[in-house]
Amino acid sequence: MNNWKNFTKGFIKENPVFVLVLGMCPTLGVTTSAINGLGMGLATTFVLLGSNVVISLVKNFIPNKVRIPAFIVIIASFVTIIDLSMAAYVPDLYKSLGLFIPLIVVNCIVLGRAEAFASKNTILSSAIDGLGMGLGFTFALTLLGSVRELLGAYSLFGHKFISTDGILVFVLAPGAFLGLAYLIAIMKRINK
Amino acid sequence: MEYVIIIISAIFVNNIVLAQFLGICPFLGVSNKIKTSLGMGGAVLFVMTLATIVTWLIMNYILMKFNIVFMQTIAYILVIASLVQMVEIILKKISPSLYQALGVFLPLITTNCAILGVAIMVIQKNYNLLESVMFSIGTALGFTLALVILAGIREQLEKLPIPSGMKGAPAALVVAGILALAFMGFAGLV
Amino acid sequence: MAKKESTFLNMTFTLFVVTAISALALASVYNLTKEPIENVKKQNLQNAIGVVVPDAKKGNFDDFEQINVKSSDGIGDITMYKVVVDNDFKGMAVKTFTMKGFGGMISVMVGFTPDGTIIDSDVLEHKETPGLGDKTSKNVSSWNEQFKGKNPAQFKLVVKKDGGDVDAITAATISSRAYCDALKRAYDTYMNYISANGQNSIENNVEPKDGGNK
Repeated sequence: MNNWKNFTKGFIKENPVFVLVLGMCPTLGVTTSAINGLGMGLATTFVLLGSNVVISLVKNFIPNKVRIPAFIVIIASFVTIIDLSMAAYVPDLYKSLGLFIPLIVVNCIVLGRAEAFASKNTILSSAIDGLGMGLGFTFALTLLGSVRELLGAYSLFGHKFISTDGILVFVLAPGAFLGLAYLIAIMKRINK
Repeated sequence: MEYVIIIISAIFVNNIVLAQFLGICPFLGVSNKIKTSLGMGGAVLFVMTLATIVTWLIMNYILMKFNIVFMQTIAYILVIASLVQMVEIILKKISPSLYQALGVFLPLITTNCAILGVAIMVIQKNYNLLESVMFSIGTALGFTLALVILAGIREQLEKLPIPSGMKGAPAALVVAGILALAFMGFAGLV
Repeated sequence: MAKKESTFLNMTFTLFVVTAISALALASVYNLTKEPIENVKKQNLQNAIGVVVPDAKKGNFDDFEQINVKSSDGIGDITMYKVVVDNDFKGMAVKTFTMKGFGGMISVMVGFTPDGTIIDSDVLEHKETPGLGDKTSKNVSSWNEQFKGKNPAQFKLVVKKDGGDVDAITAATISSRAYCDALKRAYDTYMNYISANGQNSIENNVEPKDGGNK
């Protein structure tokens, strides 16, 4: 497949959040602000890239029947690496993402790409696929985070535009569901 | 009394789906019919309680003892995955009727982040074993409650003319949003 | 693709190797990040103590004795840090909590002078509603400034609506009550500690005990 196409498919056409509707838990859980969405997206991208590369590297050495447990161990290792590194070097972001960092391990996107793509393709295209999908995920989370922050706190990436309190409901749980619902509907329209 | 508070708070105040955003995939995936939601809820209750007990023991008696807490994520996910497999095999042997009811949901449960989430949460909250069990039962009941309510609404929703762009996931998410709004009324209950 | 066969030996061997390599990799990452993570934790605690007992910034954090006690009502543990600078007792930083927050537990740090007057206080961890209950936190609003310099012996740590002296946050009475509850617990625990160990325990015996500062 064309590398460029392979890279860009994750953004709009096969966007993991808006089109495939995968990885909903972190999407809804951490997007109270744009920066949280961006941080979570990049952490997931790191795991996707790492696990895709390693899995395509070792795919021929792993017997078919234990492929899933082996993939899970590889993914969980990358998750733990990013978990420890974030706790050490970006503690504030780590604190606000909380539980959702270790939970990257059960994010369907990661195992999904490992099984559907990396276990069948070369290292280079697996890396491109992981990067593209990860950045597509990041794009979706940052977009939802921006919308919620903009409406809920009248600010973007922490810069306040209007000094009054925002429409609080958008930073609370209901706003996550409603915001995502309308973003998916809009994306459907664009993709048509 | 303390245990009652843990259960009530896990079901209503900190509902796993509507307030904590865990287990969203099955929440959206199998909430088309009330009957399948109940089946999924039952399977989650079973696996979540079992997984919490086993992972709690592993954490406190193996990982902490040997000072290898950083292996938590790997150990937990492997335990949960093999536990689900084991439950499936045992259930098939000893209770075919129960297997019929819950069996199809079991493979889906490994990737249900609520299971792993609860296993990690009870460690963070420093719960003892009994408190952890109560917490996982409450959480699973809360999950089932949210699932059944959403399914009930979606069954009715199918009869209504919805704009094509909003069909499927977006409509379910809007309903979930309104439910989350309703559940916020429980905050401050305990 | 020349996949390996799924024989029992192959499968066991592969899984063992994969897990072993992962464990090795993680162990090294863990060792690399261990120190920075400890530092972050220590820094956070240090900053929190510095906020509620400003004199602490002049001293050496490692010299502050840490005292672990049961809370006055017995429902949880409270940690107190004895801030001693140049053999002079500057105040007690008390890490307290309440279970009555809108979103459950709120963890609060509060500093007291020897007679129990509040130097300052702030939220450490909370799950309160953004824009409402999180105003208990210093980085969101100046609400908790009203406790500065008040002694709970005279200043009733109850919101005005319930007959006390505290101005509640508009539309977040539950969070305000919870914050008062946390401060009250800290004050009572501190007072219990003093009456159990005598006033001397905080004023004269200022030499930090060995090993008490972990």
